[in-house]
Parts: sequence; structure tokens; C-alpha cells
Amino acid sequence: MTTDAPSRDAAPRPGTATDRLQRLLSLVPYVISRNVVGLADTAAAFGITERQLVDDLNMLWCVELRSPDPYCPIDLSYEGGEIVVSQAESIGRPLRLGTDEASALLVALRMLAEVPGIGDRSALSRTIAKLEIAAGSAAAASAQVSVQVDDRAARNVLAEVTDALRQRRRLHLSYYVPGRDEATERDVDPMRLLVVDGRTYLEGWCRRAEAVRLFRLDRVLSVSRLDVAASVPQEAQPVDVDKGLFRPSAQDVHVVLELSAAGRWVAEYYPCEQTDDLGEGRLRVSLRTPDTQWVRRLALRLGEDGRVISPPELAAAVRDDAIAALALYA
Amino acid sequence: MSRRKTERLLSLVVCLLSARRYLTATQIRDAVPGYPDSFDAFKRMFERDKDELRELGIPLETGVNSGSEDEAGYRIPRQAYELPEIRLEPDEAAVLGLAARVWRRAELAGAAAGALLKLRAAGIDAEDTTQPGIEPRLQTGEAAFSPLWEAVRDARPVSFAYRAAGRSSPQQRHLEPWGVVNRHGRWYVAGQDTDRGEERVFRLSRMDGPVTFCGPPGSVKVPAGTDVRKAVRAWDTEPPQQRPGLLRLRHGAAHGLRQHAISQAPAPEQPGWDLVEVTFSDTGWYADHIASFGADVAVIEPADLRDAVIGRLKGVLA
Repeated sequence: MTTDAPSRDAAPRPGTATDRLQRLLSLVPYVISRNVVGLADTAAAFGITERQLVDDLNMLWCVELRSPDPYCPIDLSYEGGEIVVSQAESIGRPLRLGTDEASALLVALRMLAEVPGIGDRSALSRTIAKLEIAAGSAAAASAQVSVQVDDRAARNVLAEVTDALRQRRRLHLSYYVPGRDEATERDVDPMRLLVVDGRTYLEGWCRRAEAVRLFRLDRVLSVSRLDVAASVPQEAQPVDVDKGLFRPSAQDVHVVLELSAAGRWVAEYYPCEQTDDLGEGRLRVSLRTPDTQWVRRLALRLGEDGRVISPPELAAAVRDDAIAALALYA
Repeated sequence: MSRRKTERLLSLVVCLLSARRYLTATQIRDAVPGYPDSFDAFKRMFERDKDELRELGIPLETGVNSGSEDEAGYRIPRQAYELPEIRLEPDEAAVLGLAARVWRRAELAGAAAGALLKLRAAGIDAEDTTQPGIEPRLQTGEAAFSPLWEAVRDARPVSFAYRAAGRSSPQQRHLEPWGVVNRHGRWYVAGQDTDRGEERVFRLSRMDGPVTFCGPPGSVKVPAGTDVRKAVRAWDTEPPQQRPGLLRLRHGAAHGLRQHAISQAPAPEQPGWDLVEVTFSDTGWYADHIASFGADVAVIEPADLRDAVIGRLKGVLA
């Protein structure tokens, strides 16, 4: 078991009495189900300090039932840093999974099984089957939540990308940038495959931009594996997926749009910094973007359902675009 | 205070799990340290403790021992309490660790962590180390996710204000929810719309204000053979009738339109332009899409598509 890792996926929760009870009820079976259990490793696995762990162990050891005859049902020791449970009475097995718990894992596993080219599909289906059996009736509700992963990326794109990741090889991509309506050519050293909110992205070191970039796989026009080993530089920082894939920066242009009821979808599709209701379904949204080219195209698409308010140069550019396009029909 | 409560609850669980017969409230008070002497005060505290254990999913059973006239008692049947034996191969444990990360920072993060804790307690070493190069995440930014998941889980009807696409004001809707689906990153709920008497799909991000329960748990019956994924897919997918169209595209531009083209060839007598044959189904959507390419594209036919694009562009100047 890695030492610090498990604590990271424990949700931050207040230390209520019942939270601690859950931990205590897991602690005894955790020790029993393993041959050698150290204080340090166990504390790390439970995301607590060694001191808290010792306090937990003492609390378990101190459990006393007074009737009909007084007795202490749990006997354990942690001499020399190794935990040994010699008597656990009735709490030797963990509690069953609850509906939410079983569902969280099953929905996630089924989602992973949908990612094309994920490789270990057999391990996924075996795990799902075992978990369904262990969870019993708690597994039923999970069928009512499902996640459908975007499968519009071409199969061969995914296969090439996952192979390149596995073999640590450089890729050549022909990549479509819709905001600028450009097909770009670039060499990329793959870092990770991100499956975020139903879309798959290749994260890699783009040798053209000399920076970490995300490439949505359904926008890859073609891909080929190069006969070159991938070399991701030391300074390449993986994207922190928990903070959101696309974060505005201070240098971005601040754009304000006014949307009609029919244009409100914009607020659902693009990360807006602020949205203000203007009544009658109208909305004012503001967003930040490093490149306003896509906003021009968005405004043309919206027609009278969306208007650029700021910056004024952008509003003027959109009008010019519309006039030029209308001239084709003159 | 909290420590004493933890000690009491722990003793209570151990006591009830060890019991072979139902234990009466009095027997429990005598066995478990930490309860007050006054019977009324004990009863109140014991009631709360029972609720808390049940909330944790501990199967606390009430019953009367056979062959006795005893008052009702309590116990926790081992069979119902214990997680059944589960063993995972290393590759299975690895994907389990990966799955637990999917909800991190999302609604079910705590549940996923709790499940992993129990499975680790069952002897599984679900490592959190990354499987080479894959990082999955789901987000549940919509406030409606949590109440709708509860409603689906507990089979309860709900009500919410909903702003349908293009509508200027939200409407109160009533739904017997059958399932929650994430399609391409967006959350939907599908079920029986009791106002309309029809199966409907709602997008969570279009719900306005709180989702309220309007019926007891267990009162929603999901019809046999319901496939909520299919319902959402059908709602979200364009109608399949395809119509042909002819576009004039500036050479080297409008890649987004060329991607799905049937044929493209240089336009005779118009240097710098290509003639491109396409198909489309939803005229409104396709006109918007074409308008977004500005002066790089002109519609030649059909006329309704051409008019729709011109209308969009004139709308910009309106």
C-alpha cells in the first residue's frame, strides 16, 4: 500500500461521532484481513495520524459490556508498531456497502468500461461482477444512474493514442481547432488520457506550443505514431483535473454577452464568470478567454439571440463579419 | 462529548451484534455503558442512537424472541451486517482504485471513499496509484443532482421549476423519476411527467431553484424494461431524416463543414471557392452552424436553409 495516497481520495468530512464509528468498525477487519499491519501504514490507509490511530485502537480495546457478566470483547495490541487483534468478537468483518457507496463505485466502473480503448476491459467486467455480488441489494439502484462517454472519436484515434501512451512514443496529430476553424499539425508527447465529464482528452506536451495542451479526441482529424520516444520535459505540469480543465488567466479578454431566452444555452456550454438574469428569460453573461475568435463565431451563430456588449471592438468585428457574409447573397 | 458518544455507539453495535436473541431496551441499558440512569432520558438517547446506526446502514432489527411473552427487543443479525467475502486480483483492485477517483470533488465523493474504506477493511489493497496515464472524473455541478439521485434511489416523485429551451419563464413540473443519466458531460433525469402523462427527459442545468419531494419513498414504480439511457439518447439525438444541401466554401476554410461533406470540388468559374455537397437534418441548427463560418460559406441550396442563414446574419445587425 502506498503511504500517502489513500488519504487523498477520502472526502474531507467533519469528524463527527458517527464518522469515527465507521472508521472504528473498519479498523478491526482491516487488521484481521492482513498478515502484518504496521501503525504507520494503517494510519496512512485511513487518512489519519498515528496518534489518532493509537487513540482509535485504545478506544476499541476499552469496549466493555457490563451485563449479563462484564467482559471486554476486543483484545488487541500494537507493541513495536505492529497491530495484532487477538480477539474481535463480532466486528471482525466490515459493514456491508450502503446504496450510495455501492452505486458510486459501480457507476464509475461502468463508465470506465465505456471508454473506448481503455485496455483493461476484462478487469473492469470482473470487478463489476464481484462488486455486484458483494453489494447485494445495495447494487440495484446503481442501474438507475449511468454515464455515457462520448464515443464520437474515431476508434483508430483512441487506439493510436492509448498505444502511444503505453509505449511512450511521440504522436503526430492533425487537430481541428473549431474556434479558429483551423486544422493544425503538431507533434505531441503524450502524458495522460483524461476522461472528464464524458469527454476524452489527450494531455500532452505540444512541441509546437512548447506547453502542456489538451486535445479533445473527437477533434483529432488524423493521428500517427512516430518512431520517436516521447520526451516530456521536466517542467511539464499535468493539468489539475480537480480544478477544472479550462481556467481563465489574468491576461484573458473579458467578454460580456446578452442572450435571449433562446440563447441561454450559451451559459450551460461555456464557463461563465458571472450570469445575471435580465428578466423574461434574458441573461447577461461574462466570461474570460485568451482568444476571442470563437466568440465572433458564436455571435454569428446566435444572430439576434445573442449580442456582444463588450469589448466594443469585438462587437464591431461581429457586425463586419455579418455584413461580409451577407454580401455573398447580394 | 463526541468521544463518549462514539464509545457508546461502538459498545452498542458490539453488544447487538453479539446478541443471539433480541435484547430489550432494559437489557441494552444494563449492558452498554454510557446511558443515563433515568429511564426516560435513556429512552430518548437510545432512540437517537438507533436512528444514527440505521443512517450508517447498520441493519438494526426489531422483534420478539420466540417462546416468550417478552416486550419487543433489538439485535443486529450478522448475516445482514457483514460484507460478504470479496477477493480481487491485483488488476481488479487497480481498476477499483481508479473508479473511486471518478467522483472526487463530486457529489458521491464521500460515498466512494466510504466504499473503498470498507473494501480495504475486507482485505483488498485498492491502490490509488495511477494506472498508466488515465485520469477519469465526473462533475456534479448542478444543485439538482443530489436531490434527484435521492429521489431515484428512494423511488420518490419530485417537483421542480424548469426552464425549457427557448422559454422565457420557468414552469413548475412534476416527475416520477426513473433514472439519472450523464450524456457527454451533461446530467439528465428521465421519468414519467405526471402533468403531461408522458415519458419526459429534463436537463438538470435547466432546473431553476430547489427540487422538492412530493411523495413518500417507494411510491414511484419504474416500468419494466425501462431504458433511461435510451430515453436520453433519443431526446438528445437529431432526427435521422437527412436532406441534401449544396454549399460554396472558401478554399482552405470552413473545415468544420468539410468534415462531414459528401463531396467537394473546386467551383468552376469561381477561383478560390469550392462546391461542397452536404447532408443535414435539423435546418435551424445547421443554419446556425453555417452562419458561424461567416463569409467563408454561402448556401446555394435548398432555399429554406439559405433563407435561415440570411435571417441569422441579419439578426446580428438587427
